[in-house]
Amino acid sequence: MMIIRNKEDIPSSEITEEKVYLDRRAFFKKAASLGLIVPGMAAKLVQASGIFGLFPPLKPAAMPHDPLTSFHDITHYNNFYEFGTNKSDPSKYSGALSTNPWQVKIDGLVRRPGVYSVNDLIHKYPQQDRVYRLRCVEAWSMVIPWSGFPLGSLLKQADPLGHAHFVEFWTLYDPKQMPGQRVPVLDWPYREGLRLDEAMHPLTILATGLYGKPLPNQDGAPIRLVVPWKYGFKSIKSIVRIRLVEHMPQTSWQMAAPDEYGFYSNVNPKVNHPRWSQATERRIGEWGLRRTLLFNGYANQVGSLYSGMNLRKNF
Amino acid sequence: MSRIKPLVFLVCLLPFLRLPLYGYLGSLGPDPVAFLIHSTGIWSLVFLLITLSVTPARRIFRYPQLLLLRRMFGQYAFFYGVIHFLLYAYFDQYFSLTAIWRDILDRPFIMTGFTGLALLLPLSCTSTNKWMKRLGIARWRYIHWLIYPSAILSVVHFWLEVKRDIREPLVYAALLGVLLIYRLAYMFYVKKASFLMSLWPKSR
Repeated sequence: MMIIRNKEDIPSSEITEEKVYLDRRAFFKKAASLGLIVPGMAAKLVQASGIFGLFPPLKPAAMPHDPLTSFHDITHYNNFYEFGTNKSDPSKYSGALSTNPWQVKIDGLVRRPGVYSVNDLIHKYPQQDRVYRLRCVEAWSMVIPWSGFPLGSLLKQADPLGHAHFVEFWTLYDPKQMPGQRVPVLDWPYREGLRLDEAMHPLTILATGLYGKPLPNQDGAPIRLVVPWKYGFKSIKSIVRIRLVEHMPQTSWQMAAPDEYGFYSNVNPKVNHPRWSQATERRIGEWGLRRTLLFNGYANQVGSLYSGMNLRKNF
Repeated sequence: MSRIKPLVFLVCLLPFLRLPLYGYLGSLGPDPVAFLIHSTGIWSLVFLLITLSVTPARRIFRYPQLLLLRRMFGQYAFFYGVIHFLLYAYFDQYFSLTAIWRDILDRPFIMTGFTGLALLLPLSCTSTNKWMKRLGIARWRYIHWLIYPSAILSVVHFWLEVKRDIREPLVYAALLGVLLIYRLAYMFYVKKASFLMSLWPKSR
């Protein structure tokens, strides 16, 4: 069988009415108005897509009433290489860490060296609640409700000698409890350091709690440093030793990559990481970017510590 | 082979299809943007390596029909690479062309990734029978040799992204190394052709 198509196969709906066909003026008018309508609609669409966060203006990292990052995200998105290098590793593998009893040794250039149990420290120094922004060097950030006490109170108690200019911190070294330490990703134990005036600054705390609960293991239990104007890796976790020294100590990340991680590591949107930008950050829980602020938005409080210092050179 | 081809097509699409599903279920993790960008980048790299495995596999297993899947694998490498780039361009740069261009110029990390993907564009466009015929097999091969620098740049790009733990990019580098060494060995010992001649198929 053969199908022969002829003119009658075109449905009448497809045929332009003779009147319209002849009225070319009307056609061009319509085309012109379409030319106006289409860009207008496109603009409307772009505008409407604001609800999806398309092209939003960049908010600064610090805004009044910034919401807290959820407890779940703070405890399931961690850089704690002692338990593995994936962000989800610490929540999975830190359960075996035994944090009670736990002792912190303070020694070096102090008049009153000593060994303190964390339980004693918690009772000795009134616990304060501090909501701080945490800015990771990887360009993400959180808002975290810590509880703890100023590091300065403890240092005053130890009474630093006149030539003590720096403070060195050590994390526990125990590959049995910290399986990540079996891999030489960093030179274990993890070490960090602060200048003495940074350590004595009232914003610098030793945290022992999170969201009103004891610090979870993956967040540095039972006691960790929090220095909110520096990149997160400066805030060393699970501290066992605090030593006062005369000269600037070497830190783990500095030893690993001295051209990428400096001793100061102050949050600074103008000084980029050699491999990526530090100008913006992504707040965990948000899809859009935020503008990173100098000293993570704490410039009014800590800026004077660095007056006259070249922040690009002393990164 | 032609019967399982649609099945392979669907399986290769799964890493992409799961993303909206994860999004719907809220299981993209605390940093969903990082997950989306990382995951699509990894799959692009995986498909590059699968594409490069086709030739050794069909020789070693004496299964020439595998060649019929190679084009699809290559197109998937490009597809995942393009999604990877678009996610970065939107979420990290808000589609600002000037910002993207500056990022490419300023950062070897972005430069390597972008170049690796850009090199795949002519390959993707000429992966049709029509273009193979139009170019002739010698010229077509000459163009498609670009997959080697593209794969190397992709691995370097991944390497530059990690902060300290290089084990994962090392795995990809090792796999790529094996695939490249296989080709060199094949050329030296099996074809006994000179190194340069085999690298430039046009002059053969």
